[in-house]
Amino acid sequence: MLVANIPILPERASEQAAQVDYLFYFISAVTGAGTLLVFLLLIGFCTAYRRKTMNDKTPRILGSHQLEIFWSATPLVLFLVMFAWGVVVFDQGFAAPADAPEIFVVGKQWMWKAQHPNGVREINELHLLINQPVKLTLISEDVIHSYGVPAFRDKIDVLPARYVTTWYNPNRAGSYHLFCDQLCGTGHSQMIGKIHVMEKADYDAWLEGKRPVKEGPTDGSLAWEGRQLFMKLQCSSCHNAKGRAPILEGIWGTTVPLKDGKTAIVNEGYIRESILHPKRKVHEGWEAIMPTFEGQLSDPTLGLSEEETLIRLIAFIKTLGPGQTPVRTEQFPPPIGAKTELGEKK
Amino acid sequence: MSTISALHTANHHAPSGPAAKTNYLTDGYSWKSWLLTVDHKRIGIMYLVSVTAFFLIGMAAAGLIRYNLISPSGMLTADQYNKVFTAHGIVMVFLFLVPVIPGVFGNFFIPIMIGAKDMAFPKLNLLSWYVYMAGAFFACYALLIGGVDTGWTLYPPYSTRSSTNVAPVAVAIFIAGFSSILTGLNIVVTVHRMRCPGMTWFRMPLFVWAMYATSLIMLLATPVLAVTVSLLAVERLAGIGIFDPKLGGDPLLFQHMFWFYSHPAVYIMILPGMGIISEVITCFSRKNIFGYKAVAWSSVGIAVVGFLVWGHHMFVAGQGYYSALVFSLLSMFVAVPSAIKVFNWSATLYKGSITFQAPMLYALGFIALFTVGGVTGLFLSTMGTDRHLHDTYFVIAHFHFTMVGGMVLAYFAGLHFYWPKMTGKMYSDFWSRIAAILMCVGFFMTFVPQFVLGYMGMPRRYHQYPPEWQVLNVLSSAGSTVLALGYLFPFTYLIHSIFAGKPAGSNPWGATGIEWTDTTSPPVTHNFEKLPVVTEMPYEYSLPTAPKPTFSYDLPTGDVAKEEHTHVH
Amino acid sequence: MSTDSSGVLCHHFDNIQQQQSAARMGMWLFLVTEVLFFGGAFVAYTAYRIWYPEAFLAGSSKLILGFAAINSVLLLTSSLTITFGIHAAHRGDEKMLKRFLLVTILLALVFLGIKAKEYYIDFQEHLIPGTLFITPVHEGHPSPAEEFEAMGVNPGHVQLFFMFYYCMTGIHVLHMIVGVGLIGWLYFLATRGYFKHKERFVYVEVTSLYWHFVDMMWFFLVAILYAAGPHKSLF
Repeated sequence: MLVANIPILPERASEQAAQVDYLFYFISAVTGAGTLLVFLLLIGFCTAYRRKTMNDKTPRILGSHQLEIFWSATPLVLFLVMFAWGVVVFDQGFAAPADAPEIFVVGKQWMWKAQHPNGVREINELHLLINQPVKLTLISEDVIHSYGVPAFRDKIDVLPARYVTTWYNPNRAGSYHLFCDQLCGTGHSQMIGKIHVMEKADYDAWLEGKRPVKEGPTDGSLAWEGRQLFMKLQCSSCHNAKGRAPILEGIWGTTVPLKDGKTAIVNEGYIRESILHPKRKVHEGWEAIMPTFEGQLSDPTLGLSEEETLIRLIAFIKTLGPGQTPVRTEQFPPPIGAKTELGEKK
Repeated sequence: MSTISALHTANHHAPSGPAAKTNYLTDGYSWKSWLLTVDHKRIGIMYLVSVTAFFLIGMAAAGLIRYNLISPSGMLTADQYNKVFTAHGIVMVFLFLVPVIPGVFGNFFIPIMIGAKDMAFPKLNLLSWYVYMAGAFFACYALLIGGVDTGWTLYPPYSTRSSTNVAPVAVAIFIAGFSSILTGLNIVVTVHRMRCPGMTWFRMPLFVWAMYATSLIMLLATPVLAVTVSLLAVERLAGIGIFDPKLGGDPLLFQHMFWFYSHPAVYIMILPGMGIISEVITCFSRKNIFGYKAVAWSSVGIAVVGFLVWGHHMFVAGQGYYSALVFSLLSMFVAVPSAIKVFNWSATLYKGSITFQAPMLYALGFIALFTVGGVTGLFLSTMGTDRHLHDTYFVIAHFHFTMVGGMVLAYFAGLHFYWPKMTGKMYSDFWSRIAAILMCVGFFMTFVPQFVLGYMGMPRRYHQYPPEWQVLNVLSSAGSTVLALGYLFPFTYLIHSIFAGKPAGSNPWGATGIEWTDTTSPPVTHNFEKLPVVTEMPYEYSLPTAPKPTFSYDLPTGDVAKEEHTHVH
Repeated sequence: MSTDSSGVLCHHFDNIQQQQSAARMGMWLFLVTEVLFFGGAFVAYTAYRIWYPEAFLAGSSKLILGFAAINSVLLLTSSLTITFGIHAAHRGDEKMLKRFLLVTILLALVFLGIKAKEYYIDFQEHLIPGTLFITPVHEGHPSPAEEFEAMGVNPGHVQLFFMFYYCMTGIHVLHMIVGVGLIGWLYFLATRGYFKHKERFVYVEVTSLYWHFVDMMWFFLVAILYAAGPHKSLF
């Protein structure tokens, strides 16, 4: 919104943004009224009671219990209304719908790398289909960043070693600012980009232009890339029917028992932790023999950082259905020195 | 004890005669007599000189910030800018806002206000100043050898990996924090143990209540900051530490520990200012404070509840939904005592007899601007809006309204109110009013555009920004020049008054309180000729025995009245 | 106002009881700040201990419980001797006061000596977070990191434990050194006849409060750092 060509309110690109705005207007109205009241009292009293003579007499007023209670309780009630409404609005932005497609975002000094489930990668931009709820899962490769989109009235700090999530349901086409909102070094104010919300036709056209070209049977999706990595990293040499490690087919979203008696839900965080620190949450009934892959996952030939590799593996395991565990083929022979069968070294 | 002659009701008989005897300023002129003094008043003056120096440094950094933001592509380089705003934050928070009123007015006036001859631990008081200077030295050293670019909040992992001088700054903060612990300790023991006969808790000036509450926070919160920056310094120096995600460390733990201090710290900064306002509003409207106990207890309430709300700085940091809920709810409660104070001060004006000398202009400005600052905090403590406003210019505008529009104005209110008492000289009434108005106008111009920018989404700590926001940024920078001008004025007329100001007399404002009615201006080294005995409540301006002001109200040159108001015992 | 030619009563106090009471209150308040200082570190430690229990227990089992036991006896005894010092000061008996202060200092110095030895042993075993931790002590032997890995425990988390160990015991050592300095200062004052005036016992008392705090803090550290993990033997 512009006033005399100066922008004073940001564009609104989602229903959640509208909800935040309504709450903002409410708080503005209440606090504006309160502030105005105080200003009027100050100006009014200062005018009416300015000193008239050197010998003015003033009444000895010490206080009033009723007034104290009144102007303690009234603001408190109003503040609690703000709190409650704030929780409702915050809630809406907190948990994505279960079936929303998941876009992974990796932040690093000083760029944002987004990975769509269909395999499309973007740097500092994010193309979204209008009216399609989408969940973002974010992680940082170095320091704390923050993914902020004023048009959605949303931001979330992006941490190293831990996934965080947010979600959007954009309802207005356009290009909107994306900012890094947590000081992260020299390039902090250059770690910006654009969120492009597009109508279906435009989105499809954009997608056409972005389809990765690969050889062989391919669909280019994130999950497909994960499958390739699953084989390259030899995951299938244990995670198969031979009984050395749990089968991963259909495991996504289930609750598994752990060795220490607790349980865990198989989600992004659990899979990431199990690959990097496999001894932490061992599935009950299995031995803690999985080696750690920490530091071994980045792939310069494919141009993938460790976090990006993890994202693809997760995307693959998410889609892994019965009978789909890949079998090792000669396309990816094991690295020199790796164990193939128990005790055998190549 | 010569009780009979010592029994001297503190009922507005000012000691006779102008400052002909030796006072605390003239009691020795050597360097040693100042640098080795244990007189709380001299220590207060030493704090005054040093905090002023650091305020100027912080102001210079602020000037560079606003200069950079004139252009969307930034007038400085990104690294320079990051170092400049970090310097601004560290110097202003740790070297100015936290120590200023406790160090200057706390030290100078608490003993006098409660009828004591000095603080409980005069040598510890001197040590506090030296420790403060040591911390300040480290901070300046860190700035001179290249500065720090992490923001004053020093969040890891960036702060543990930055190539800038984080460890010296961490050490500086530790040392300055230790000074504030010692000051708080001194104040608490003084208030508990050194009150003169008749000075019950509920007869103490509200400034003392505010300082007491502040000291509680200083004692309880600062040690947590100390251990946090120590662990950060260890991590910097050892190259490894407990916040490192590679070891399994949690950067969020730092944020919790940091804000556990830094949120109560903002109350350390504002409560003393609120204490000053209570003193000024009552004097310049010639009325009792409305709701003495409410104002007194609200200071304590702010101190206590202020410890419970630190997580409202971390709603989007990844702290968990239920934590956020609890912190947001508690933050609503901490807002209430501040609201109580604002209403009580406003009600004090009702049916008063009000004049508008500089202290009052500053105090009225405080109430107006602090109200805006306080209510904008509600947008941030409400989870739904904070998701949008966190880490934007809205936050910057909010805390500058409370800290600068609030605290700094309160400091200037105190400076102008107590200047005649501390120096025995009166400054120009006309120029002081102009300066106050300039400050309020300049402040408004600087920071209101930042609320708009914040809602638009402009992030904090941004060296560059989208071009469509240039107009608002330029407006803000223009305002900052007016504000800077406003700050420069007091330097001129206050220093001028030391050399050429008219003698102020012991009670030019006709204020109640032992510091006005029972001491000379400037006070003698041992504070009182006769130990006061207190028999009545403070702020009894409506009684016929109330002291009378000795200045005239004529504008535009309201000078101190030619004759002094003398009494005979 | 009471006058005092001996200088025991400070000029800004009205009577000696007020002065003594102020000294006590000041020290108690200072100790409250110390509780919060160490408390911050304790809270951080607790968070990590809850998240990584096996690693923290494994790290703790590498600490030498025997040294901790000896040091505890030394420190507790020193708290006793300084208390005897207060009684001597009550009587104005400077000779005994000096003896007790000296014994307290000696016990503290032995504590510090044992701690230094302990740190040295830790260094020799490469139990230092960082490069040393992943470096074998001898050729062919595993590094501490590898040892812990073989135990099934995350070596990164164990290094976190050791960071806490060094930081917390290190801060405690610094407090002990300050304490030794304070007690030494009291000893020096006692040689100059300062404590001939019995009213001044309160300064020995408040120093002893600080010393008891340091003592108590040590026991907390033993409990959470040394006694956390299983130990097959004292040494």
